[in-house]
Amino acid sequence: MESLLAVVIGCLYAIGLYLILERSLVKLIFGLLLWGQATNLLIFTSAGLLGGKPPIVPETGKLLSYADPLPQALILTAIVIGFGMISFTLVLSKKVYQRLHTDDLEQMKGYES
Amino acid sequence: MNILLALPVVIPLLTGIFGLLTLKYHRVQAWISHAGAIGLFASALILLQSVWNQGIQSIQLANWQAPFGISFVADLLSALMLVITGFIAICISFYAAAYEEKSYTKLGFYPLVHFLLMGVCGAFLTGDLFNLYVWFEVMLMSSFVLMVLGNTKMQMAGGFKYVSINIISSVLFLAALGILYGKVGTLNMADLSVKLVQKENSEVALTAGILLMVAFGIKAGVFPLFFWLPASYHTPPVVVSALFAGLLTKVGVYTLIRAFTLIFTQDIPYTHTILLVISGFTMVSGVLGAASQYHFRKILSFHIISQIGYMTLGLAIFTKAALSAAVFYTLHHIVVKTNLFLISGVVQKAKRTEELQNIGGLYKWYPWLAVVFLVPALSLGGIPPLSGFFAKFAMIKASLEAEYYWIAGIALAVGVLTLYSMTKIWAEAFWKKDPNQEQSEAPQPLSKPMLFPIVLMAVVTIGIGLFPQWLFQFTDVAAEQLLNPQIYVQAVLGENYEILGQNP
Repeated sequence: MESLLAVVIGCLYAIGLYLILERSLVKLIFGLLLWGQATNLLIFTSAGLLGGKPPIVPETGKLLSYADPLPQALILTAIVIGFGMISFTLVLSKKVYQRLHTDDLEQMKGYES
Repeated sequence: MNILLALPVVIPLLTGIFGLLTLKYHRVQAWISHAGAIGLFASALILLQSVWNQGIQSIQLANWQAPFGISFVADLLSALMLVITGFIAICISFYAAAYEEKSYTKLGFYPLVHFLLMGVCGAFLTGDLFNLYVWFEVMLMSSFVLMVLGNTKMQMAGGFKYVSINIISSVLFLAALGILYGKVGTLNMADLSVKLVQKENSEVALTAGILLMVAFGIKAGVFPLFFWLPASYHTPPVVVSALFAGLLTKVGVYTLIRAFTLIFTQDIPYTHTILLVISGFTMVSGVLGAASQYHFRKILSFHIISQIGYMTLGLAIFTKAALSAAVFYTLHHIVVKTNLFLISGVVQKAKRTEELQNIGGLYKWYPWLAVVFLVPALSLGGIPPLSGFFAKFAMIKASLEAEYYWIAGIALAVGVLTLYSMTKIWAEAFWKKDPNQEQSEAPQPLSKPMLFPIVLMAVVTIGIGLFPQWLFQFTDVAAEQLLNPQIYVQAVLGENYEILGQNP
């Protein structure tokens, strides 16, 4: 399972990088989105995958193998933050398009000064 | 519970909330903002005093024991950075109130500034890497909105780049955290400092360390990663760029210093050599970029980059004298750079342009402004007896003592080139004749409230220059704390850190 997810994460990063290097605003945002998701998966996978184990220590106090709940809490925080960031970026991209009438990053250069 | 450590985060938060509640009332907002900034400064001063007297302070939020919960830690470096943040907050707040841009106030300028300050203070105080990520995002979100506040075409183009590069940096940061947590099982900085020394963790330490170096390097604006900075810092309103120029890149420098003195010290010859090379290139490329510019704020933006090189240089040399100089340099630079940006705002308001070719004759109309400009400008170039001279002197002395002769040479040469850029601004904006001779009627007088923070900061610059020993006594102790991470670890984890180190 880990190796499969590792490949998936690698693919997501690769696709994300390809999109980020595109000149279109929307593709750039999609690229950032994919990178964010790939990173969440990276945290999820690197903390270890244990199928079917509870995230808690039983009341008897005997420490069996248990799933670590912390990475999931980290991912949850990262998802919420990433969601806010991407929504802001989307709104900003709309504003950029309305003001500059282009979604081409190359053509945006002229407005810098 | 040491409430003092929470105050620098709570005060800006409350100020921001009150600001949002009174969004429609311009004057009330300004006064709330002043009060919040002064409160922040005062609480930071009290914190500094308590850290100075009692050593490193820490609290465990919600009483979760150290490596499991979120710790807030204040060592001398954090406390000094908080004090200077409070000071800048006061200056920015008063300047913004005098700048009279009511439309920005309606859009929530003051609350955003205070939310940004909350993120900055949180980043200075936190002792947990994931929590640092969260504070970064708090800071970034406010900075994104401030960056595009006003909606001009220039801001749209610059702001979008700023937003995307910062999201990329956050992703790299988060990836490093994932790798670290997966291998080591903790994100508490003190705990990491203990555990990463162990042999089996050395590879992951290097991987995560380099990822974090890139992530923080983007924020700080070091050599191959700085291109977003001159592309965006001249676009927002002047107050906003002054705030960003003073504080935001320095948060990157602070986190670099924190990470590479406390957490990633396993392979100093490798990581700190990278930092050394980067610092050299940062200094040179920043100052050369500035030499080719003729836009007031663009010149200043490029100089931020070259000055960042000096700060990371102190970290790269990694001796007590060098770290002390780096902290001194950071503090001095925040005051001077913010001041220069604020002055550029005064000039822009008087002349309605920032292109140096179209400005001129300011000395004739505003001689006192010219004098006040000279203080931070010469300080940036390193002329005695101003603060910049002692910062540069300490840094170059430290690099000579550590036998890095070539980097000391670069630092000296960059100092001269910095002076060249400053004299360029002086000659173009203040000294030469006004190119628009026909409209030579006396211009309107400058608003005094706007000059107040500028003069205040100039006085501080001169003060540091006249009594550098006073500040050096703080930075020396700060450097000593940075070089001995076990003091920090003990302050956070208490006595039980030995046991935790053995049972990961």
